[in-house]
Amino acid sequence: MTSKIIERKFRKFFNIPKKGENYEFRSGLVSQYADERKDTIQRVIAAMTTGKDVSALFPDVLKNIATHDLEQKKLVYLYLMNYAKTHPELVILATNTFIRDTEDPNPLIRSLAIRTMGCIRVDKMVDYMAIPLKRTLKDDNPYVRKTAVICVAKLFELNPTVCMEQGFLEYLLELVEDSNQMVVANSVAALLEISKKTQKNVFKIDDQILNKLLSTLNECSEWGRVSILSSLLEYDANNLSDVHNIIEKISPQLQHENPAVVLSTIKVLIKQLNKLPSNESNNVLNRLSSPLCSLLNTSPEIQFVALKNIRILLEKYPTILDKELRAFFIKYNDPLYLKLEKIELMTRIANEENCMLLLSELREYSMEFDIDLVNRAIQGIGQIAVKIQKCSKKAVEILYELFINKGEFVVEEIVVVIQNILRRYPTEYISNVITVIADLRFDDLNRSESLTSYMWILSEYPREIPHLEDKLNVIVENFDEFESTVQSAALSLVVKISLSRPTPNTPHLLQTILNKATQDVENVDVRDKAYLYWRLLSTDDKKLQEEIILAKLPILNSAIETFTPGLLEELVNDLGNLSSVFYKPASSFIKLDGSDSFFTSSELQNKKLEELQQIAKNEIVSNAVKADNLLDLDDDDNNEDDENNNAGGLLGGDNSGDILNELNDLFSGLNTTSGTTNNSSSAASNNLLSILGGFDSATASPSPKPAPFQNSDSSNKKPGNDDILNLF
Amino acid sequence: MASIVAFLDSKARLLLLRDYKGDIPVSVIDEFPLLLLKQEQGLNNSSEPIIYSNGISYTFIQNDGIYTVGISKCDVNVFTILVFLSKLNDALIKHFKKLNEFSIKDNYSIIYELLDEMMDFGIPQITDDLVLKDYITQQSITFEKLISNVSNSATSTHRKIKQSKQDRRAPPTTITNQISWRKEGLKYKKNEAYLDVIESIDMLINSRGQMLTSEIYGKIKLKSYLSGMPELQLGLNEKFINSGLNSIKGLTSDNINNESITKSSIEVEDVKFHQCVQLEKFENDKIITFIPPDGECDLITYRVHSDILKPLFLIEYKFKNHSNTRLEIMVKVRANFKNKISANKVEIRIPVPEEIDSPKFHYQKGKLKYLPDENTLRWKFHKIEGGKEYVMIAELMLLSLVSESELKQFRKIPLNIKFEMQGFVTSGLQVRYLKIHEPHLNYNSYPYVRYITRSGDNYEIRSSNV
Repeated sequence: MTSKIIERKFRKFFNIPKKGENYEFRSGLVSQYADERKDTIQRVIAAMTTGKDVSALFPDVLKNIATHDLEQKKLVYLYLMNYAKTHPELVILATNTFIRDTEDPNPLIRSLAIRTMGCIRVDKMVDYMAIPLKRTLKDDNPYVRKTAVICVAKLFELNPTVCMEQGFLEYLLELVEDSNQMVVANSVAALLEISKKTQKNVFKIDDQILNKLLSTLNECSEWGRVSILSSLLEYDANNLSDVHNIIEKISPQLQHENPAVVLSTIKVLIKQLNKLPSNESNNVLNRLSSPLCSLLNTSPEIQFVALKNIRILLEKYPTILDKELRAFFIKYNDPLYLKLEKIELMTRIANEENCMLLLSELREYSMEFDIDLVNRAIQGIGQIAVKIQKCSKKAVEILYELFINKGEFVVEEIVVVIQNILRRYPTEYISNVITVIADLRFDDLNRSESLTSYMWILSEYPREIPHLEDKLNVIVENFDEFESTVQSAALSLVVKISLSRPTPNTPHLLQTILNKATQDVENVDVRDKAYLYWRLLSTDDKKLQEEIILAKLPILNSAIETFTPGLLEELVNDLGNLSSVFYKPASSFIKLDGSDSFFTSSELQNKKLEELQQIAKNEIVSNAVKADNLLDLDDDDNNEDDENNNAGGLLGGDNSGDILNELNDLFSGLNTTSGTTNNSSSAASNNLLSILGGFDSATASPSPKPAPFQNSDSSNKKPGNDDILNLF
Repeated sequence: MASIVAFLDSKARLLLLRDYKGDIPVSVIDEFPLLLLKQEQGLNNSSEPIIYSNGISYTFIQNDGIYTVGISKCDVNVFTILVFLSKLNDALIKHFKKLNEFSIKDNYSIIYELLDEMMDFGIPQITDDLVLKDYITQQSITFEKLISNVSNSATSTHRKIKQSKQDRRAPPTTITNQISWRKEGLKYKKNEAYLDVIESIDMLINSRGQMLTSEIYGKIKLKSYLSGMPELQLGLNEKFINSGLNSIKGLTSDNINNESITKSSIEVEDVKFHQCVQLEKFENDKIITFIPPDGECDLITYRVHSDILKPLFLIEYKFKNHSNTRLEIMVKVRANFKNKISANKVEIRIPVPEEIDSPKFHYQKGKLKYLPDENTLRWKFHKIEGGKEYVMIAELMLLSLVSESELKQFRKIPLNIKFEMQGFVTSGLQVRYLKIHEPHLNYNSYPYVRYITRSGDNYEIRSSNV
């Protein structure tokens, strides 16, 4: 026994942990030194962040909330906030503390409390929140009001009906007229959030509000501006003077340093455009070009979305960036996705004046080594050759030069581009491009896109191709291995040649390919096409055959993809949004919010508050047991020892002996909290352990048994423990 | 807006996460590494910053191996989220000097605290680090701070007489008064303001010495240590103001038939003001007036485009390849400006192939060093005076394995120059005056102005092709 006492003293002296991390935390949290308590809370938060479940420490952490040290209070709130989302039933235990803190003289604490309350996602919370929320919405301090305003949106998400019944929406609308800019901006943001949730506009802007918003715009923080500007998007100005007013007031925001403000401003301006006479709307459009370019003065990620959005605008207003080509030149350090996007935009900006400059730039890119970039550059050269006749000659020269210098590296893309050029200029450049095609063997090509282009060129210009028949032979021979699009092209090729340039061998080739296509091919389209050709060729009407099979394609006007008008309108409205990045309407890939299956605590939703509290207490206790038992299986001796120690060394303070009682004390009423904190703080954890320790060592079973918690009677305890309890 | 904001390390493992809305299960972050991997494979290791999968969108930025991710559910404004995330990163970097795995792990609770102030329920609140500093109660831990604590060196450069030790019983006034970027009751013994006009030039020059693109990124940086709520007015030269206003109004020199604009004039574009500047006043009255934030800010940023700008350095850059075993690189640099002016801290970075052997250099001036890690030769000058010309020839032995295409590949990397010149800026911007007026205190103050021209990140010379 003496040796054990020495050992214990020894441990105490060197502060050797006895019970693992949780024990350490717990004793730290109830330490008599404020610094140690604070430090421990920080370590608890660190443990929480790394994914450890420290919810068992809940009661001990909560004890530390009654402090004048703002820093410590904030830390405790941090802990609570974290569990507010995942374990709302735990945080509900602290409701009383929250309500008390919303009346604290310090505005920071008032807003902390109301903010945390809003995070507890349990339906019943609404009843408790209503009164403090109303109070904080009318707080003298704007910082509290701006926090409370957002809480209304949180409340709405939780329970829209109660929120409406209690008239919180009216509160919000009132606060839009607040004197503080931050409160105004957050009210607007909250209203927008609610509108989005309900799918209808709960924030109707009238003249008065409009003026208020426009005048607040200049004063508020960058994010406030974003909120206000997005609310203006919903406003439909019905007379020209309003439109002028809006444009005049918000245009200066184009010069704001925050790109989000700039893009939001652009959105609102564009919304006004179709309400203006055309000369005025052109003036507004002219103002947009330099701010749009300024969006490229940002980190690559932001640039990426900016470029995607500029592409949408360019399609709606093609001349908007006519003079700004240089801003889109590629930088050596740009990530690949940015480079590709920039080329995309440059080909769209290209016009008669800048096309030569652009061509030489694209030529540089096509000399790079990244195959994706090179291919995109070549494609770009083709696109502007088709778009602008003036530079097509130069473009073809560049393509030819590339082919000579880089050969097989670029040939696949060049073939595709040549097809487009021939479709746009059927005769002008044959002599240049045909050299590329003429010597090409079909082994050189792998991509199905290039193969189909190659075959199309063969079929249209058979006269120019030497050894045509050999090439056809190879194609027919390999027919089975092609993808179906290539098969389809091969079929057309052979049929066309057999009509336009028949040789003694073509009927044989024709027969072979038709047989293969109708018998061996599984793809329905290719089969059907083959049957159609076969039927047609079986007729005697040579003229009809030629008319159908040798029909020329219409001249290609553009090799640049465009949106459908409907989609374009939708995308212009959604600038900056997810849909503007993926070029799809939001409705096509976002599920509407109806079925909200994500709700983390749905099963807890309908429980009564008392039930929840009970659940929470059980959870805390069982967590505590689990944690300690699992960690310290081999510590049974110590436990016993420890408990004896407690028995011997008990002084006046250690009276509780039962964590459940203590929890009840802690949470049952406001008044008792501080008292309990004082007289039980140091003993609480030890006592729990001693009960369990004794219990465990008696039964030698590591698994936690529920018995002690349902009934706090001492029936399971050793006589020695009874004594302790009987002392009081 | 964003429902969840998370930080992940370079292997996309979760470091810290803040759930703002609770409408998405936190576990969705576990999907992120896989989605990222999938996308990177498709796109040559560079991933577009938005991934959409299964109704959830991941919007992220990368910074020094840290992914900052915003996760959301509906069709949200991803542009705003990206801007917010990058401002969030900026704020953290300001706090911890560096944003990396360690600075995050050392500062969990302060990051939570920051996250709480910066966003609420997915709505961005305050991201200005000067304002944020007033809200944060905890001290951040950085290596530098630890060191300075130990060595106890009190070399703080701040000249505040009374570091107004915040009374934590009230939120900082910055949020509650009309001006959200400056707190009341500041006091300095000396009232000083420094203006730095800094222009960074990006230029791309081809092997024949022709300028392909050039862009000047300018900013006027204000450092102010002024008491009270001073109102400042900045006067700039007329030409700059007019050009700036024209660009704001979307008028280019083409559609102005004004004789004051001649062909050789500079065009100022993208004029951006710090939020403290009264934008309307500038547009209507051409006056730049503002109440500055305390300390440092970028008051004005702008871009200047000029076709008539001449390269400040003319560079001849040539290769000679001796049958893929030996390579000769010749670089001739000529300072293309008047001999009264000189450029400081000139640094020329010449790319070389990977793994070269026994490089030999011949040069007249400066210091030349081979940096194997970066595959570059660094040629440094303390100073180059106008009109001077220097030549360097490097002989490199190549490993016999080097293939033709590898050689070509390194030659696509442009040569980069860095330099700094004091006393003038190329755009011709001039500060005429800085009036400082504090209505209540009426003190005298001393504005200082400096002009600096330097290279941007991309002052580059392309090598010749083939």
